Parts: sequence; C-alpha cells; structure tokens
Amino acid sequence: MSSNTAIASQMAPMADPGKPGPAHRLARGRHALASLGQYLGVLPFLIFALLFLIIPTLNLAISAFYDTDGHFTFNNIIELRRQNIVDAYWISIRVSAASAALGAPIGLVIALAIIRGRLPGWIRSSVMTFSGVASNFAGVPLAFAFVASLGRLGMVTVILKFLGFDLYQTGFNLLSFWGLTVTYLYFQIPLMVLIISPAVDGLRKEWSEAAQTLGASPWQFWRHVGLPVLWPNLLGTVSLLFANAFGAIATAYALTGSSLNIVPILLYTQISGDVLHNPGLGAALALGMILITGIANVIYLVVRTRAERWLK
Amino acid sequence: MKQSRGWAWIVFAVGTAYFLIPLIATVVFSLRMRRDYLSFDAYTSVLFDRQFHATFTYSVLVSLFTIVLGLVVTVPAAYLVRLRLPQLRPFVEFVTLLPLIIPPIILVYGYIKMYNTSSILPLTGTAIGTDILLTLSYVALGLPYMYRAVDTGMRTIDVQTLTEAATIMGARQWTIITRIILPNIMIAVLSGAFLTFAIVIGEFTMASLLGRPAFGTYLQRIGISKSYEPAALAVISFIITWGAMGMIQLLSRFAPRTSVRNN
Repeated sequence: MSSNTAIASQMAPMADPGKPGPAHRLARGRHALASLGQYLGVLPFLIFALLFLIIPTLNLAISAFYDTDGHFTFNNIIELRRQNIVDAYWISIRVSAASAALGAPIGLVIALAIIRGRLPGWIRSSVMTFSGVASNFAGVPLAFAFVASLGRLGMVTVILKFLGFDLYQTGFNLLSFWGLTVTYLYFQIPLMVLIISPAVDGLRKEWSEAAQTLGASPWQFWRHVGLPVLWPNLLGTVSLLFANAFGAIATAYALTGSSLNIVPILLYTQISGDVLHNPGLGAALALGMILITGIANVIYLVVRTRAERWLK
Repeated sequence: MKQSRGWAWIVFAVGTAYFLIPLIATVVFSLRMRRDYLSFDAYTSVLFDRQFHATFTYSVLVSLFTIVLGLVVTVPAAYLVRLRLPQLRPFVEFVTLLPLIIPPIILVYGYIKMYNTSSILPLTGTAIGTDILLTLSYVALGLPYMYRAVDTGMRTIDVQTLTEAATIMGARQWTIITRIILPNIMIAVLSGAFLTFAIVIGEFTMASLLGRPAFGTYLQRIGISKSYEPAALAVISFIITWGAMGMIQLLSRFAPRTSVRNN
C-alpha cells in the first residue's frame, strides 16, 4: 500500500490545480467515484466466489438439517446410520486410506530417486512432466486403461495367465477394493511426486555432508535428519491424497458402474435418482463428504504452512 | 552423498513399468478389434461416430467459454490484489483453493439445489441455461490452476511500473489490464488455458449430473456398450491431454524469467 500512496502523492500536484472551489469539489467527487471504480475489477471474482463456491456449498450443508417440509431436523444426520450408507463410508475410507498410505511412500521414493539419486537430468524433468499429466488423468479414460490391462481380458492378466499365474484365481477383481486402489495409485503417486518434490529439494546437501563427516551411515542420516524434517510434510501429503481419493468418482463409476458402493457413487445415484427417497439425506451424505475432505485438506494446508520454515 | 545410484535406477525402472504398462496395454487392446491381426478398426469406428463429433465439439466449445470466463474472473482480481488490495490476498488465495477442497460432485450438487427450476435463477430449466451453468462449473474446476497461472505470470512482470507508466500516459484501468497486463502475461495465461482445457475436455461428473451431451459422458456410455472402442478413446484422450501438457512445456521455454523475486 505504501507504494500506492507514493504514486498518489506524486500525482496529487497534477490532479489538484489551484485553490479549492466548486469545480474542485466536483472533481473530488468524481475522483472518489473513480477510485471506487479502481476496485471494481475484483467484483467478477467476488461474485463468482459467492454464487458458485461459497453459497452453493453452505446452502447444501444447511439443507442437511431440513426435512422436506422445511422444518429444522437432525433426522437426516441420524439416518446416516443406515447400513448401506455406513458401508459406503467405510469402503470409501478404506480405499482412500489405502491409496494414500501406498501412494505417499511410493511417491516419496520416486521423488528421492529423481532428485537425490543422481540420475541424469532429463529423467527428472520428464518424470515431473509425466506426473503433471498423470495426476490429472483421473477419470473415465483411466478406467478404460486399467480394464485393458488388469481386466479379465486385459493384457497383464492374459500374459500372467500365459506364464501360469491366474490373477483372477487369487480372488483379485478390478471392480473390487484392491482393483480400485491399484487404479487410484495411478494418479495418487504422481500427485505425491509433485507435492513432495519441493520438500525433498529442501533437504540441503550440507546436512547429509555434515552427517557423513560426523560418521553417520545413510540410514542414520535418514533416521535422525531426513525423515524428521520431511515428517510433517509426509503427514500433510497423506492427508491430501486421502481427500483426493475420497472425492474422486469418474474413474470408479466408469470402472464399476454403480455396483461398488462408495460414497461419491452413492451420492451420484442419489442426485440423479433420489435412491435414498429423501433429498435431505442426500444433503447429509454430502455434508459428511465435505467434512471429511475438508478436514483432510485443512490438515494438509496447516502442516504445509508450518513445514515451510524448513524449506527457505 | 557417495551412494551408488543403483537403487535410484531400480526405482525409476519399476515406476516406469507401472506407469507405462497400462498405456501400452491400452494401445495394444485398441488395435485388436479384428481377430488374429492388429488393425485401426476401433479408431475408425470411433472417428466416424457422429456422437463422437457432436460431443467432442460441444466440450471444446464449453472449454473455450470456460477459459474466457476464467480470465474475466481471475485476471482483474489477481491484478488488483497484487497492486492495490494486498490485504485481500489470503482470502482470494483461500477461495481459489476451494475447488480443490470441495469435491466436484459436491459443487454440482450445490448448483443443482440452488439453480433448479423452482429457484430465483432457474438455470437448469433450459438447455442454454444448463450450458451456462456447466461452463461456470468448469470455471470453478479450473479456478485454482487459472489463478495460479495468472498470478505467476504477474509475478514475472513489473506490474507496478507498467501501471504507473500507462497511468501517466492517460490509460484507464480497463485499458491497462486488457492492453498492457494481459499481453505481457500471455504465456502464463495460455498455460493456464491449456491446463483448463485438459481438465474440462473429458470431465464426466458435472456434465453427467447436469445432463449435457459432453465428451466425458460419451466416453462413459461407450465404456458400457462397446469393448475395443473405449481403449481407442482412452488413447485419443491421453494424446489430447499430452498435447495440452506438451504445449505448456513448450510455452514455459518462452516464459520470461522471474524479474521480481519473493514478491
């Protein structure tokens, strides 16, 4: 702001000729109007934020507390105890937790390999570019790609069978918990690589050199320096990956139709056909999702802000 | 660190295998529509499908409108936050993160509840209204990427000096934003635009729940009814995504280096 007042004071002599008079007062009025006009530019953003982000979400959350006649009620929340809803939350939480718990360490190891593994430089840049693409590749085509690989007639399944290993005999099914988890890893690992790389970059070379000079083994360095520094970041990123998987629907829907009972799919069928026979219950289901993804994201944001002091 | 880099190569090889096998499998699968030998039949079947053309054109159009609207929403706001309203920055940055925090299915559910036929603004009542609503949904989806791209672009130019110079020469704010700032951050804007395009072109959830004939819903329908065409479509959409990302990489080579650091 100080720089703006500097401009204003420079401009003032030009904009303010002579003594105050009626013309001057008029000019000042126009000036006030013009300076208000200076801020009009933020209006599209503010209006958009209110009408398409803040109000619709709040409105949806609040409608979880009203019945069809518009009376305040907790019944919708209580009704979330229905068995199929509890099951849906449980499967969603398990898939999200599994894909986050696997995606985070795998992504971390890949980030370590490309940043600290002394691989040729082109590998790092191409892995980062690929991660940018793959982390956005969640959706219907991803489901197709996995059907073509791990489906009953998929290439990997067929090759494994040819080698004498029948994947589907082991109880594996692409349309099940593990199938969905393996598919989700395809966008979870790249997301992890993208968000953890700055933190891995922040591990200074001097630290490992200092540790080495003091006679520490690589294991001791990671045990006492590397991991403790990365730890908050890891916690945050696991949280973010969890939220990312919890809200995802397109891949799962294209893969399983509505046969796999996860929360986003249940919500999808509720929005398109009121399968729960209670609109308020749909809103309560959504409120649960908002709370879970919201908390997971807030953990990530808080941890990231606190962890940034190591990365200066 | 004098470690051998063998472990890094192993990690890289295993990772490459996991990420390439599904892609190779999809390509191979897409070529096997004819028995006993490879052919492009699945691709011709898709490319001559009128539904493919209709939905693809629709999604391209929607993404173009999304990009233009996204610029209207983000560019003046990012400019003013940088120049005159730094106290708004935390709020604006929080808002731009919201679409990453709130899952798309929740957003679209909120829109359906708020803009249904019995509301003050019954956007879902007409086809064109729903198209507008879908476009605005996509502006929300792209907001984090578009805002960040635009803001990064403005960090690399000296907004302050450019504005002062233009003001002295008598330019109004609208002129400054459209004719001075925007051309100077064009590369950043374009990379935001390509990212938005990549996200919007195959989007399924919002288009499906709003009932619009978009490319994403077409993909999902084909996935149910056909066996080889989905693989061909997956390859095509992957090429589109790569194309968009490749453009971003290409553009970043032309981007100016940061002039004002830590700003």
